[in-house]
Amino acid sequence: MSGPSDYQPSNPALQWIERRLPILGLVHSSFVIYPTPRNLNYWWTFGAILSFMLGMQILTGVILAMHYTPHADLAFKSVELLVRDVNYGWLLRNMHACGASMFFFAVYVHMLRGLYYGSYKEPREVLWILGVIIYLLMMATGFMGYVLPWGQMSFWGATVITNLFSAIPYVGESIVTLLWGGYSVGNPTLNRFFSLHYLLPFLIAGVVVLHVWALHVAGQNNPDGVEPKTEKDTVPFTPHATIKDGFGVACFMLLYAWFIFYMPNYLGDADNYIPANPGVTPPHIVPEWYYLPFYAILRSIPNKLAGVIGMFSAIIILCFLPWLDAARTKSSKYRPLAKQFFWIFVAVCILLGYLGAQPPEGIYVIAGRVLTFCYFAYFLIVLPLLARIEKPRPVPNSISDAVLAKTGSRSTPMVSTAIVLALAGSLFASSIDSARANEGSDKPPGNKWSFAGPFGKYDRGALQRGLKVYKEVCANCHGLSYIAFRNLAEAGGPGYSVAQAAAFASDYKVKDGPNDTGDMFERPGRPADYFPSPFPNEQAARAANGGAAPPDLSLITKARSYGRGFPMFIVDFFTQYQEQGPDYVAAVLQGFEDKAPEGVTIPEGSYYNKYFPGHAIKMPKPLSDGQVTYDDGSPATVAQYAKDVTTFLMWTAEPHMESRKRLGAQVFVFLIIFAFLMYFTKKKVWADSH
Amino acid sequence: MNPDASTIAAGAPIEVDLSPVAEGQDIKVFWRGKPIYISHRTKKQIDEARAVNVASLPDPQADEARVKSGHDQWLVVIGICTHLGCIPIAHEGNYDGFFCPCHGSQYDSSGRIRQGPAPANLPVPPYQFVSDTKIQIG
Repeated sequence: MSGPSDYQPSNPALQWIERRLPILGLVHSSFVIYPTPRNLNYWWTFGAILSFMLGMQILTGVILAMHYTPHADLAFKSVELLVRDVNYGWLLRNMHACGASMFFFAVYVHMLRGLYYGSYKEPREVLWILGVIIYLLMMATGFMGYVLPWGQMSFWGATVITNLFSAIPYVGESIVTLLWGGYSVGNPTLNRFFSLHYLLPFLIAGVVVLHVWALHVAGQNNPDGVEPKTEKDTVPFTPHATIKDGFGVACFMLLYAWFIFYMPNYLGDADNYIPANPGVTPPHIVPEWYYLPFYAILRSIPNKLAGVIGMFSAIIILCFLPWLDAARTKSSKYRPLAKQFFWIFVAVCILLGYLGAQPPEGIYVIAGRVLTFCYFAYFLIVLPLLARIEKPRPVPNSISDAVLAKTGSRSTPMVSTAIVLALAGSLFASSIDSARANEGSDKPPGNKWSFAGPFGKYDRGALQRGLKVYKEVCANCHGLSYIAFRNLAEAGGPGYSVAQAAAFASDYKVKDGPNDTGDMFERPGRPADYFPSPFPNEQAARAANGGAAPPDLSLITKARSYGRGFPMFIVDFFTQYQEQGPDYVAAVLQGFEDKAPEGVTIPEGSYYNKYFPGHAIKMPKPLSDGQVTYDDGSPATVAQYAKDVTTFLMWTAEPHMESRKRLGAQVFVFLIIFAFLMYFTKKKVWADSH
Repeated sequence: MNPDASTIAAGAPIEVDLSPVAEGQDIKVFWRGKPIYISHRTKKQIDEARAVNVASLPDPQADEARVKSGHDQWLVVIGICTHLGCIPIAHEGNYDGFFCPCHGSQYDSSGRIRQGPAPANLPVPPYQFVSDTKIQIG
């Protein structure tokens, strides 16, 4: 892409092609001999990481689409069956869902790198604007992808976001109807989102080509912000940049694999494991983490239209960055003030993200307004002002000078560090306040689960006992509709033989038909049948249980959770704590108390439960000591029952957890070795360039 | 990309029988995929809705303009919060009306916005009384 190449392949067949289509010359000039500044640091590998992520998302997405059904009644189930029945379906889904988060994480690093080193400045304005367009397309794609599983958060996220457009005067309502294809979010909405979710990634790929083209015309920026002048300032793209990018991608894959294999639901919302229900709104509608700063801006402006405008201008303002920041020095390395403000801006964005996830009340609203002001002030006041008043340090004459003059001394941005620490401290303090204010329910106590941690396995005995408890107690009211009898004999499950599973199935009566005379009939269950539900439909379940339908238990341990609060959710990332769901379920089963404490009134027909949100639960105390007889001598106590049935329900929610963790260990061994090999190869290649 | 013919056909008017709804109760029906709250208001609720100084409301509208005259006890509103489209809960909040759990908007017993971020009152769908105990929505 940098002018005509004189590349001549030696192979005659390739020569024949090259004379007719000079594609090899194009690749050679763009990705082999292309001169790249020799002082690039690892922040520059995020371009390659993003290309890798885009490829990954398209590849996994195309395969997922082969198994997905875009219909309001079937979408949720098709995703669940994909995870359970398709070969490595759980891996594909985790790669795609976590991949979206990793894609956004990488794009934020990439954008902040551009911001810090002034990569948007002359002559790279078009390159930067193309980047903003890619980011906007990514946001649209990510949003529509999140709608496809058709869980509660998908549905209500779609409702809230499409309703943003109704704020537009005069035409707003018709635009929303056009987006919905109906009178509310429904099946036509899901269909068009699926179509667009498949289309947009290819548009992104197209704009990425333009982005790379513009990059190769203007040349790469570098940490010192001086353009390459002589040949001494650059190294050829291959092998130098290629191998360095390879090492960067390998390290990034380690982080990616951490999520895929060990924390697949860490970044998701438990509510999305509840099928979409247009009649029930979740108490907190929260978008995915990568939209949270903009969601916080939307909510901190009290007027609806102004909020929507504020949110969109927070992104569009990036397009004008090349002209808002008129400073001649590109890199913040040589701009003592800009450097400080950059880190303050990063802190503002992170805090806005935190606020986006909090309920919009009290201190959070005020903090949101202050931070929204800070966000815009950075672009509209700080950057234009700095260009006038700041005295930058002298920049080196050339890149090779900068590389030679590199000293070990690094000045820490003291002021901004102090500010970031102060902000983090206040965040911590406020989260304690909110925990105190949250009197709705007690935090469930933690349990020791056999399936926790990177090498966790299900306790076979607990699974078998849990199945017994489910069959004798829970099954009277709760369905288990995603579990088939054949699953009981599958690896990583309760460890029954195929014959045992078949015998278990034949105890059940399953409705089948119609037969030759057109009648429905009952027959004994077969291994391929699913657990029959106790009620024919939700209305019947509701009517039989005082207005509250007992939820299906297949996914209950993933569909329930509780907030961990500010410091804990960061600790959880490292300890791989993923058991909020099981802890909650076990706690609710044991949390019944005969008498509500002073000051808590429980409505007629409800029961007091210590851990249920709001304390009033419609389910009567389900378990009591000695209710289920165990054959293996385990204690017949409520605590043991609760633990066993929760283990069983964790397995029904995630039958492939053992193979996920096992494969994860293998992938980690491979990736660590691979990353080391890449690192040493990179060192060798760059040995004479430093 | 506008709604197709079958979607429009499914959005045809529906008739709702009001006779089983006792005073102080409300029912939720779905029309065009939207929840419609039909409240049989008590005397107290009607009086509260009418005692308010209309000009002081964020979206000024008299209670008389939001119900059909002669059927003042019946309030029919689309149960979609005018803020960002969540479904408010009936009989909650400080105004004997509706409370939206998403962002804390509160509506009174006439479905008018009283507190919170929502900009407008709960909309009244097009409907008329076919008989004293039956309405047609749409």
